[in-house]
Amino acid sequence: MTTTLDSVSSTAVTMAGALNTALADALAADRRVVVFGEDVGTLGGVFRVTDGLAERFGEDRVFDTPLAEAGIVGTAIGMAMNGLRPVVEMQFDAFAYPAFEQVTSHLAKLHNRTRGAVSLPIVVRIPYGGGIGGVEHHCDSSEVYYTHTPGLRVVTPASPADAYRLLRQSIDCPDPVIFLEPKRRYWSREAAELTSAGPAIDQATVVRPGTGVTLISYGGTVATALEAAAAAAEEGWDAEVIDLRSLSPVDDQTLIRSVRRTGRAVVIHEAAGFCGYGAEIAARLTERCFHYLQAPILRVTGFDIPYPPPMLEGHHLPSTDRILDAIARLQWDDEPDQRWLSPGGARA
Amino acid sequence: MTAIADHPAPSSAGPAGTDLLPSGDPWQLIDPAGRPTAYIARDTAGDAGSLPPGSTLAELYRRMVIGRRFDAQATALTKQGRLAVYPSSHGQDACQVGAALALREQDWLFPTYRDSVAIVTRGVDPVEVLSLLRGQWHCGYDPHQHRVAPQCTPLATNTLHAVGLAHAARLKGEDTVALVLLGDGATSEGDTHEALNFAAVWKAPVVFLLQNNGYAISVPLAKQTAAPSLAHKGIGYGIGGELIDGNDAAAVYTTVRAAVDRAARGDGPTLIEALTYRMEAHTNADDATRYRDRDEVTAWLGRDPLTRLEAYLRATGELDDAGAGRLQAEAEAFAAALRERMNADAPVDPADLFAHVYAEPTAALIEQRRSLFGELREAAEEMP
Repeated sequence: MTTTLDSVSSTAVTMAGALNTALADALAADRRVVVFGEDVGTLGGVFRVTDGLAERFGEDRVFDTPLAEAGIVGTAIGMAMNGLRPVVEMQFDAFAYPAFEQVTSHLAKLHNRTRGAVSLPIVVRIPYGGGIGGVEHHCDSSEVYYTHTPGLRVVTPASPADAYRLLRQSIDCPDPVIFLEPKRRYWSREAAELTSAGPAIDQATVVRPGTGVTLISYGGTVATALEAAAAAAEEGWDAEVIDLRSLSPVDDQTLIRSVRRTGRAVVIHEAAGFCGYGAEIAARLTERCFHYLQAPILRVTGFDIPYPPPMLEGHHLPSTDRILDAIARLQWDDEPDQRWLSPGGARA
Repeated sequence: MTAIADHPAPSSAGPAGTDLLPSGDPWQLIDPAGRPTAYIARDTAGDAGSLPPGSTLAELYRRMVIGRRFDAQATALTKQGRLAVYPSSHGQDACQVGAALALREQDWLFPTYRDSVAIVTRGVDPVEVLSLLRGQWHCGYDPHQHRVAPQCTPLATNTLHAVGLAHAARLKGEDTVALVLLGDGATSEGDTHEALNFAAVWKAPVVFLLQNNGYAISVPLAKQTAAPSLAHKGIGYGIGGELIDGNDAAAVYTTVRAAVDRAARGDGPTLIEALTYRMEAHTNADDATRYRDRDEVTAWLGRDPLTRLEAYLRATGELDDAGAGRLQAEAEAFAAALRERMNADAPVDPADLFAHVYAEPTAALIEQRRSLFGELREAAEEMP
């Protein structure tokens, strides 16, 4: 394990800046860490997350690769077999798909295939999600492709301070980690101490305590859930907000404790709802908290459509209004819900 | 005519990179009748390519005899239901053995499912090698022990692992070369393209040994590529391509050895295309008569790698009837020991299902293990 070499930021730092500091501190702390991908060297990454690292640490530790995602992940696997700890960047969510075979057939499985003889401490950084006015193939929420693959850890930060913490924890982790960076929060600012201390890599956090309903989210929509909780308070609903942080494995205990207390839950994410991450959370909580629930667990998600063009994405993304509507629907008074059996099958 | 200042003038020595092209005829040291050929010097990379010493040739032959016996035994074990499946490398013996013996102790081998003989030749316990095909566990050996990666089933994906491992060795200042085995079908996969390109750009110490056996299961090479040869693909990446007779163990050994030395010197990767033939079907579950003529198979019988080296060794006095008899006895003993161990029931442990998915089992996996163990206990209690 590496020594912690934390950076303290007295002024507000962006998420992109916090990630940059995390990479720099990890490179300084451990000679085995190497950072590579497309445009991560001279340019410093299209989102500037690797800005200045090649200059500071040299081309043997931070380098540009040919433009080939399977090549990036596949060679990272070989490097890890030879004792390095690669941190690689996929430039955008949808551009990570060419690496899918390397991720699912090798990155996720090699430790298991070899009964633990080969470890792959690799971090695959993927900017994901929408809300930035990106054209097609630049805004996918691809998390469940990875969470459905045993052997991978999947994490996603919601704030600058947690971006630093989670990335340091991911680089120190002996398992392969898919590190999903919510693009729309890259420029969010926070005055915070950057430290890897705090909640462990697989722990969810309660980012706003409450008693009446649990809002469960991750990545880019945690801020939306917090906004909704603030608005709900004005209507007299005391919402608790949980930032999952780790999507795989998921911290069941934090969820169970909260939902058994509140009796109501809404899961919020950008990705399509059908077979989405919220479906797993709703099923797990129903299995584990059925007798404590006052209402069915609801989901507020993107529509079941390919990610829309920039001028329409506002309709697709979960909004505070939709979250408030869901909270309202949970406050029911034993009236049967007539909604779902209409001949047209219309959505709520 | 306007000069384009930014572009280098074409070399007067001919089109750039022609030195990267393979020879027109496959390079060979011993012909199918066991006679040394006229070729004694290499052209492409300037490395000497004369016949290895007699002791090396004798060892190549010995390992091929054992390897072929292993292969036959594995096929027999499949027919007896002891293996789930076995992809034979009978006919590709020279590639299997020549490649494995050309590696130095510190080098790495990245094999596929058809390269069991190469792995056995590298020194891995044959029972551990067969763990995958026995259905016992996905990889039965510790890759670090003999520096042999797990047998790769998704074609061409192992090429990138080899390049990454080799590049890491260079970054760490280690004298390690990675040898990756692939087939003609794998050259159509995107990962092969990416691996050749990464290897060339990084000048990684890696050797690509392409066993061209003419078929990807049933699909012949003509439906796989329109290239003049697969070795020609090297030039597009800036990698030297070599075309060799893959049934000539001496040619395979010396060519791979020279490529390993070149990589170790820092002179980058090599793509070697070895022309060979799979004498058996793709696996025991395949019927090769549906796509190959009997005449074609018969013709390749005449180019058998073992027959040819045996003839050479007998002609030079390295091998006589007594020596051949001792070798057969050694191979039989090897097969008998394997048979005996494989006929014992394979130990499997359900705890393994959960133990290695992550470095430490997650809470959910611990719960699932507890659940399975509960089922097993109940089942055991219900047994009369």
